[in-house]
Amino acid sequence: MMLDDFMIRAALAGLGVALAAAPLGSFVVWRRMAYFGDATAHAAILGVALALGFSVSVFAGALVMSLVMATAVSTLSGRGFAMDTMLGVMAHSALAFGLVGVSFLSGVRIDLMAYLFGDILAVSQGDLAVIWGGAALVLALLAWRWQALLTATLSPDLAHASGIDPRREQLVLTLALAVVVAVAIKVVGVLLIAALLIVPAAAARPLSATPERMAGLAALIAVVSALGGLGASFRLDTPTGPSIVCVAALIFAGIMAGSHLTKIVRNQS
Amino acid sequence: MRLIEAEGLAVRLGGHDVLHDVNLRLDRGEIVTIVGPNGSGKSTLLRTLIGAQRPTRGRILRAPGLRIGYVPQRLHIDPTLPMSVARFLNLPRRRPTAALHSALEGAGLPDLGPRQMADLSGGQFQRVLLARALLERPDLLILDEATQGLDQPGSAAFYRRIAEVRQEMGCAVLMVSHELHVVMSASDRVICLNGHVCCEGRPEIVAQAEEYRALFGTGTEGALALYRHEHGHSHDHDHDHPQSHEAAE
Repeated sequence: MMLDDFMIRAALAGLGVALAAAPLGSFVVWRRMAYFGDATAHAAILGVALALGFSVSVFAGALVMSLVMATAVSTLSGRGFAMDTMLGVMAHSALAFGLVGVSFLSGVRIDLMAYLFGDILAVSQGDLAVIWGGAALVLALLAWRWQALLTATLSPDLAHASGIDPRREQLVLTLALAVVVAVAIKVVGVLLIAALLIVPAAAARPLSATPERMAGLAALIAVVSALGGLGASFRLDTPTGPSIVCVAALIFAGIMAGSHLTKIVRNQS
Repeated sequence: MRLIEAEGLAVRLGGHDVLHDVNLRLDRGEIVTIVGPNGSGKSTLLRTLIGAQRPTRGRILRAPGLRIGYVPQRLHIDPTLPMSVARFLNLPRRRPTAALHSALEGAGLPDLGPRQMADLSGGQFQRVLLARALLERPDLLILDEATQGLDQPGSAAFYRRIAEVRQEMGCAVLMVSHELHVVMSASDRVICLNGHVCCEGRPEIVAQAEEYRALFGTGTEGALALYRHEHGHSHDHDHDHPQSHEAAE
């Protein structure tokens, strides 16, 4: 069967995560939640440690911890805490506790690197089902709430006046973020998930006149990065997760340089 | 017919009583303006009425199915969020193309659909905000100092448009304004707010009220006189305060 080939499974895994992460990442960028994404992803490593300790599914552990962190952060942010400090404390504490926790698990031979940087080549068919299930859930959530999410992102007051509760929309994003983090661990690892959210969206910005175009382009850039990074890592024997992020970063740099040059040329003519 | 009513409203923010004992009622088709010094709770009151701020005490009654069009004081669009005028008008609900065209025509901006919101001038931006609010076919239009940053002709044009809109759509209008001369000429009713409702009524009556004068000084009478002058009324008024409405703003 085709899915027996580890490269094909890896490509499909990358594709699934890219398709879900990029549109969600657009919201992360628009709402200035970059650090929020980081904190949620870092909390996932604590979830991984707990899951291994209690012998439950790593995916479930990561999902629950991400949800706890994302909910905690979005609750605190509504109460006027100094968020950058708060997030810095929580993100790194979660990461540190996770790493310490994993070190206690002497019985299990754990390749920590696999959770920190991903292990896309080891994706099983079961993982693939979880990844695509999660990605489909996130995309469905975003499509369903799209107009309300955009309105709430633009201005909570405008949302209220139209009968949209911005807190509910924030909750939708929080949930989607936790799911993406949980399914992306296997692909890029907790340290680079935030990059997968933000870099494609940031790269798509100069080429976009509407939010839909930006989200769509971001998805395209993320897919190209996933497949390109996978190919590069195969040929150059480099770690796959970081290779994917490198390709995305190069695309970002290329688009930025290109749009800057166009602006200069346009101003001269 | 009652559209919205606030009963014994109180809002406490960060340990301060911003509003207390506010009673307010709006009926279909009337234009009501809230005036008051800075920090008197004008914006908080509007935000409470649209549901963005929970009252600490009191309650808000809305006519069933009430549609509100809200024009905020200013709207910051994050530079990372691409937003064309046409796309903005499609929030929070998608509109038929024909409706967008007529909304832009009505706002006097027929060709601006593809333009980015960030590239609009202050006046154009405010008109687009108004056009979006009107696409909701509101029963009640709420404007929070919508002409801030516009020059005098710009804001005069904006308020003329509001009056037209009320004629065309029959919606009630509730607005906050600093421009007392506009208030006096364009409102059916004025509410003078300073944490609570100090006084309210028809513009010329409020302008004579002691509470109002205590807040704005007698200088505003000059502004009122100007208004009366323009409308050819002959009341006795004194011209001792020529720069009066600047002082009042």
